Parts: sequence; C-alpha cells; structure tokens
Amino acid sequence: MGTPATAPRKNTVRLGDRVFSGLSKGSGIALLVIMAAIAVFLTIRAAIAIAHNEGNFLTTFQWDANASPPVFGIAVLLFGTVVSSVIAMTLAVPVAIGIALFISHYAPRRLAGIIGYVVDLLAAVPSIIYGLWGALFLVPHMTGLFDWLDRFFGWTGIFAYDGTPARSLMTVGILLAIMILPIITSVTREVFKQTPKAHEEAALALGATRWEVIRMTVLPFGRSGIISASMLGLGRALGETMAVATVLSPSFLINASLLESGGGTFAQNIASQFKEAGSMGRDALIASGLVLFVLTLLVNGAARLIIARRKEYSGSL
Amino acid sequence: MAKRIDVTGLTAYYGTHKAIDDISMHVEPMSVTAFIGPSGCGKSTFLRTLNRMHEVTPGGRVEGKVLLDDEDLYGPGVDPVSVRRTVGMVFQRPNPFPTMSIYDNVAAGLRLNGSYRKSELDDIVEKNLRGANLWNEVKDRLNKPGSGLSGGQQQRLCIARATAVEPEVLLMDEPCSALDPISTLAIEDLIGQLKSTFTIVIVTHNMQQAARVSDRTAFFNLAAVGQPGKLIEIGDTDRIFSNPTVRATEDYISGRFG
Amino acid sequence: MSQTTVTEEPPRPRPSVRPTTLRRPRLPGWSRGALLLGSAAIGTATGLVAGLESRVQWGLIAALVFVVGGFALTSAVEGRRQAVDRLAASLVWTSFLVAVLPLASLLWETIARGIPGVSWYFLTHSMNGVLSWQDGGGIYHALLGTVQQVLLASVIAIPLGLLTAVYLVEYGSGRLARAITFFVDVMTGIPSIVAGLFILSMWIMMMGFGYSGFAGALALSILMMPIVVRSTEEMLKLVPNELREASLALGVPKWRTILKVVLPTAIGGITTGIMLALARIAGETAPIILLVFGNNMINGNPFEGAQSSLPLFVYEQWAFGTESAYDRAWAAALVLIAFVMILNLAARAVARWKAPKSGR
Repeated sequence: MGTPATAPRKNTVRLGDRVFSGLSKGSGIALLVIMAAIAVFLTIRAAIAIAHNEGNFLTTFQWDANASPPVFGIAVLLFGTVVSSVIAMTLAVPVAIGIALFISHYAPRRLAGIIGYVVDLLAAVPSIIYGLWGALFLVPHMTGLFDWLDRFFGWTGIFAYDGTPARSLMTVGILLAIMILPIITSVTREVFKQTPKAHEEAALALGATRWEVIRMTVLPFGRSGIISASMLGLGRALGETMAVATVLSPSFLINASLLESGGGTFAQNIASQFKEAGSMGRDALIASGLVLFVLTLLVNGAARLIIARRKEYSGSL
Repeated sequence: MAKRIDVTGLTAYYGTHKAIDDISMHVEPMSVTAFIGPSGCGKSTFLRTLNRMHEVTPGGRVEGKVLLDDEDLYGPGVDPVSVRRTVGMVFQRPNPFPTMSIYDNVAAGLRLNGSYRKSELDDIVEKNLRGANLWNEVKDRLNKPGSGLSGGQQQRLCIARATAVEPEVLLMDEPCSALDPISTLAIEDLIGQLKSTFTIVIVTHNMQQAARVSDRTAFFNLAAVGQPGKLIEIGDTDRIFSNPTVRATEDYISGRFG
Repeated sequence: MSQTTVTEEPPRPRPSVRPTTLRRPRLPGWSRGALLLGSAAIGTATGLVAGLESRVQWGLIAALVFVVGGFALTSAVEGRRQAVDRLAASLVWTSFLVAVLPLASLLWETIARGIPGVSWYFLTHSMNGVLSWQDGGGIYHALLGTVQQVLLASVIAIPLGLLTAVYLVEYGSGRLARAITFFVDVMTGIPSIVAGLFILSMWIMMMGFGYSGFAGALALSILMMPIVVRSTEEMLKLVPNELREASLALGVPKWRTILKVVLPTAIGGITTGIMLALARIAGETAPIILLVFGNNMINGNPFEGAQSSLPLFVYEQWAFGTESAYDRAWAAALVLIAFVMILNLAARAVARWKAPKSGR
C-alpha cells in the first residue's frame, strides 16, 4: 500500500532483523542437520560392523558380536519387534477406538472431560514404570490366561504354554498395548470430535440409532485419523525399550509359541547387551539400531503423510 | 399417508435457558406450513422439537405435547428413532454424507430399515431422485460422491434422501438460505409437488418464499433478546400477509423490523 | 435401471417398512439389573463348578453372559437394530473398563508398594556402599543426575526449538519450511534408544569423550526439541495477525515485534509445551543407559564421569532382583511418577492461567 516515497528507509536492512531471522533459520537448518547426522553416524558405524560380520546380518540366528570373528544377525530381533508390535496393535486399536467413542459420543459430558484429561496424563507415565509394573505385576498374573489359552488353543502351536514365568512376546505385546493405548485414544478422540454435526444430524433425521450414526458418519469420517493414530502407536511400540527389557526373557531363538519366553526386540537387545559389549559389539548394536531407525521412520512418515492428506481433504470441504 | 400435527403447550429449553414458551398450534396434513419471524425467535428450535431433534443438542429439553394424528411424540415408551423415521428433516446447509455416492446417499435411510433386493433399491432411488427433480442431472453419475454436486443439487439430493424412507411429515429448516436464486426456485417448485404426498413444515427467513410456497403461515417473535420465543399468530398465508390481526406481524411483514 | 414409466406416480405403499406406531416394545427398566445379577450368578456358578482359580475368569464369564444375553434379549423383544445399538454401547463401555483396569492397577501398585520406601532419608542419601540385598540407601544421586541432565537438555533444546518454531511461523515458507515441518514430525517418532545410539556413536565413539550426564543431556535434547517446536508453533499460530500488523504499523522492526509482542502473547502456551516436554524426557531411560552409564555415588559434575538418574535407578534396582532392591525400585518409581505428574499438572495449570484472553 505504501508508495515508494513514504518508505525512505526501505533499503536499510536492519541489522537486528537480519541477525534474528538468520538465527531462527539457522535453528531450523540445525534440526535438519541433526536428522541427517543421525542417519550418517549410525550408517558409518553400522557399515563397520557389517563389514566385519561373519554371519549374515539379516538371517543369522545368533548375536556374538564380541567374539572374533563377530557373528550376528537381526532375524530374531526383527521377528520379535514386529510380532510384539502387531500383538500390541491388534489389542490396542479396537479398545482405543472404543474409548475414543466413549469420550466423544457415549459418556456424559463432564465424565468425558475428566476421562480425556486422565488419558492425557497416562500418556506421560514413563515407560520404565510400565516396565516395572509389567515385570513384577503383569507377568505373574498372566499365567492364568496363558494356561487357559494353552488348554483350548494349545494345539495351534502358537499358544502352547509350558508353565514357566510368562516373560514372553505375548506378555510384551499386551504391555505395549496398554502403553500405546493413551496416544492412540487421544488422537482418534480429536478426529471423532471433528465429525461435522451436520452429518450426524442428517443420519439421526433418517431414523438412525446412535450406533448407526457412528457407523454412517463418525467412522468413515475418522478413518484416516484412526489409521494414522494407529501408526503413531505402532511407531512407539516398535521403539519401546525399557518395558520390553524388563519383561522379556530373551534368547536368540524364534519360539513358535508366543506364550513361551524367548526372542527379542531391537531396542531390548541394545539395552540388555550394551554393558557387556566391546567396540565391535557396540557397532553391531548400532547396526541393529539403524534398522530400527529406518523402520520407525517409515511408519511415522506414512502416518504423517496420511494426516497431511486428510488436512488437505477436509480443508477443501 | 400424511399426518396432522397438534401441538399443545410446548416449551423447549437449552439447559436452563427457555428458548420457546408455551406454543400451541396445529399443522394440516398434505399442506405447506411456513414459520417466519426474526432471528433467534425460536422457530428452528420449535421445528426441531417436531421430530425430537431438539433433545440431541446438549442440554436440550422439552415440555408439552406433540400429537402426530393421535400419538404423542413425547409420550412414554415412544422411541425417538421411530419418530425421526416418521418425521423427516432437511437442513439449512446441504449435508450429503461425504463418504457415500449419490446412490448410497438416497439409499442410506432404507438400508437402516431392512434389506432390499438390488432391483427394488434401484427403483426407489430412481423414483425419489425423479421426485426431487434431480434424476436427469445425476443418472449418469450415481456412483460419484454426492459432495461433487452443486449446492442446489446437493440440497435436492438431501430431499431425495429424506423422502426415500417415506416419512409422513417433512420438516425443512431454511432449506434455501445457502442457495442461489435459481436453485431456490427449483426447491420451491419441488416443495409445491411434494405437498401432494407429505405434510410439510418449512422455516424461512424469506417472506416472499413463505408467501409463494405455503398454505398457512405462523409468525414467531420474542419480546427481547434473551427472552423465549412465542407464537404470535398462525393462519392462512393469504390472510396473514394481507390482513394480520396482530400489530407485530404487520410490522414484520411490511419490513419495519426483523 | 430400466427407463420404464413413472413421472408423477404416487409412491407405492410399502406397509412393511413403515412403523404403524411410534412406540416400540421395550424391555422394562429393571431388566438390565436383573440381567447383571443373573450373569454374575452364572459366572460365579460356572467358576465354582469348573473349579476356576482366577476371579478374573469368573468376571469374564459373567461379562460374556451379560453382553450375549443382553443382545439376545433385546433382539427378541426390541428388534435387531436396537440390539446392535445396545451391543455397540456395551462394547464401548467394556473397552473403557478394560482400559481402566490395567492403568488403575499400575497407579495403585506404584503407590502402594512405593510409599513404604519413600522417606527423607531415601531422598537425601545415595547408594554409596549399599549392597543390593541390603536395606537402606537412597536416590539423592539419581535425583541430582536427573535434574542436571534435564536442565542441560533444556538449555540446548529450548532455544533451538523456540527459534525453529519462530522461523516456521514468522519467516518460513516454501520448501525449507515444509522440509523442517515434516522432519520435526518424523523426529517426534525417533525411538529414544536410537537417539542414544546416535550420541554414543558421535560423541563417545568418534569424538572420544567419556560417559557423562552431558552426553545423556545431548540425547535428551534431541527428544525434547521436536516437542518444543511443535507446541510453540501451535501457540504462535494462535497469535492474531492484527497484533503483528499493529506493531509493525507503528514502525517497530519485525524482530522486536516477535520478541516484544508475539512471544509474550503466546508465553503461557509455550511454557506449557516446554513443561510437558520436560516431563517426557525426565522419564527416559534408554539413552541414559547408553550414555550416562550409572553410578552409585554422588557425582555433582554432569560434564565429567558417570552419573545416575531416576529412571535408570529404577531399572538397576529392578535388575538386582532382591526384595530390598525391589522396594527401592518401587519407591523411586513413585518419586519419578510424582515428579512427572506434578510437572504435567503444573503445565496444565499454567495453560489455564495464562490462556490468551481472546476478546471477540
């Protein structure tokens, strides 16, 4: 709006502005540099480890990284990480959707507010405390359930149980499910709350029951939100360290039964082996950490892309 | 099939706030009744009490009787879901389900109420889209999402969706206020046709529209902001517009306030 | 769809779909209570007859009978749609209860098992000279470590995070800003152990520094940064543009506008975000294991030598596996959970207290 005549100082770029904008831009770039540095440093150390590895990094069922020559492979870790996270997702997602619906559509308004608040607080409980509780409370209380599963589904092999302490991938999966419940719930709840009232009223006016309203409007509207919330939860489950390290009784074998101890996850293996690891051992652990990093990067990136796409879509409405 | 509505002593609240106070009137079957009045006078609230949509709003509460023929909507044991199934509604802003196709939007209400053969459903969808004067415009893209239509087309789609479940009464809450004049005309024509089948109640801000489409007109007003809305008078549209008995009605109609 | 006849044909009567009355048969109000009692009885009876040990199993049987019985009963009396509606409501309620049970148990166990161990002595003494099977000892060294590490991490992460957020909201546009936004989101999802491995490989293995509280703080700052950026960004976006324009129109340079007008307006929300981030990193264990290593003695210098931290202390005591150590683990867990919860509640109080009073 200003004509050139009224802006005599236009050309004098203020020093303060230049410094401040430079600083803030610099911080942003620093963040990108850190991300890049994480990838680079992990890759360098991983490359050293893999170059010396006498086993096959992907298929070896063994972790003797301190031996000479070192022999190690991530097969067991990959299996354990994926299986425990899949168990966690299978259990947590339906329950989280249920709680989110409870808060957004079923609970009385005051109660809903309180529960929403509590869910947010629970998301802040440190994972080591889940781990302590898991190891000292959950594990002894799982044997009843495992006996029952063994009695009726033991013939499948997956649910065979030998009565030893329940420090298995299944217990880990259940604990992870409890841990990721709050985050999935709070994201889905936000999405459900954004369902346009107009659509819910349209369904009501057609003579839909409460559940039919949810099925016709809330769930389709929130679908991409549910997917991305689940993937955020999955990202957490994949990288969780302490809860797995305390509960699981690890071994470098893949046990056909999910209820019997054994197996391992990337994060748990790093935490458990670190203190005994020599120089090569550490590089090997870093190599496995790199795989975990890429895995979570893919899952989180996908979740973010889904959210971004959804924003565009609802923005155009 | 269309039914008569008798309202006696109806009062509606939002929490502790009284929105409308002690309204009694009747609505003739197979006719169009228009509700007019200034903003905030409670005409939309009143409309929403006629199919128990008012109680969906948090804190919404109703006292009084609404008889549909001889049955009280607020009587004991009455299921709000059956009420809304019997008294359909079209909203101010077109609200087709965005995740459903045009076809599925029209079929949505039917699918709730039972299972239909594909051919049966095809027939009903076609009949109602024709009834909403929309068939020729959409017959080649029935499987496209309803949100791709223009505003006026979307509103006619919503009317088709509401008529497909064959309600007795059709409530319309300012159905043209979000539309351009040509689409408005199309909807007004449609209302004229629909009254041969349904009892229609329409809320409108536009007095010409009330004069054009309705057989009877009810005028609502409120004493002051924050006061509950009241029914001032109701009568044949011709009489209300030519010879209102209450001063406030005349003032409103002649544009002196509101 | 055949182009048959129909233009103004009156709708075919379909008596089958139209309800003849608005009333529908309803289960009486007492039926739910009766069903609840009945299912509880069946659950108990089955449990007794089959000799099931666990009360949880009795409860599960009762719940199953309640849900299935309710569905069948509603279905028979009120119709299928109502039954499905009821079933959905039961499932939603069940999922809520299912989630509450473990979380309540977690809090209960921590409090009940933790309280006996917490004392002034526990808070003010280290583990120096205390063997794992002995009673006594305390968490002073761990508390000190946690506080120092968290503060150091904040000193690094808060300025970087704030400035990045300022860049994204006030200056940034185009590909750089989009890239930063995306990677901040991705960074939120980095597992803490990976952040630990990164600092391990760079700081300790390549640069040759030793274990220290500072190394841990570096990893914590990586975890903290994206949270600070995200929450600050959200808050800055809430500052109305008119405020900025009013200040700029007075001839105040942009950087002073940001420092004197924009940031102070959003300070409440920013503080909340920072405190939530502090609460999150205070509970991190994995990077501490890799970088701070653990120490039973008090080490007041975070730049030199191994330290401890609260979460690490919990982990170590758990790993000892003796009763005395378990007691210490629970007590320390209680202190940690209280620390985190107080930070959280304080953060929310600040948010409420300093909420921008938006006039309309």
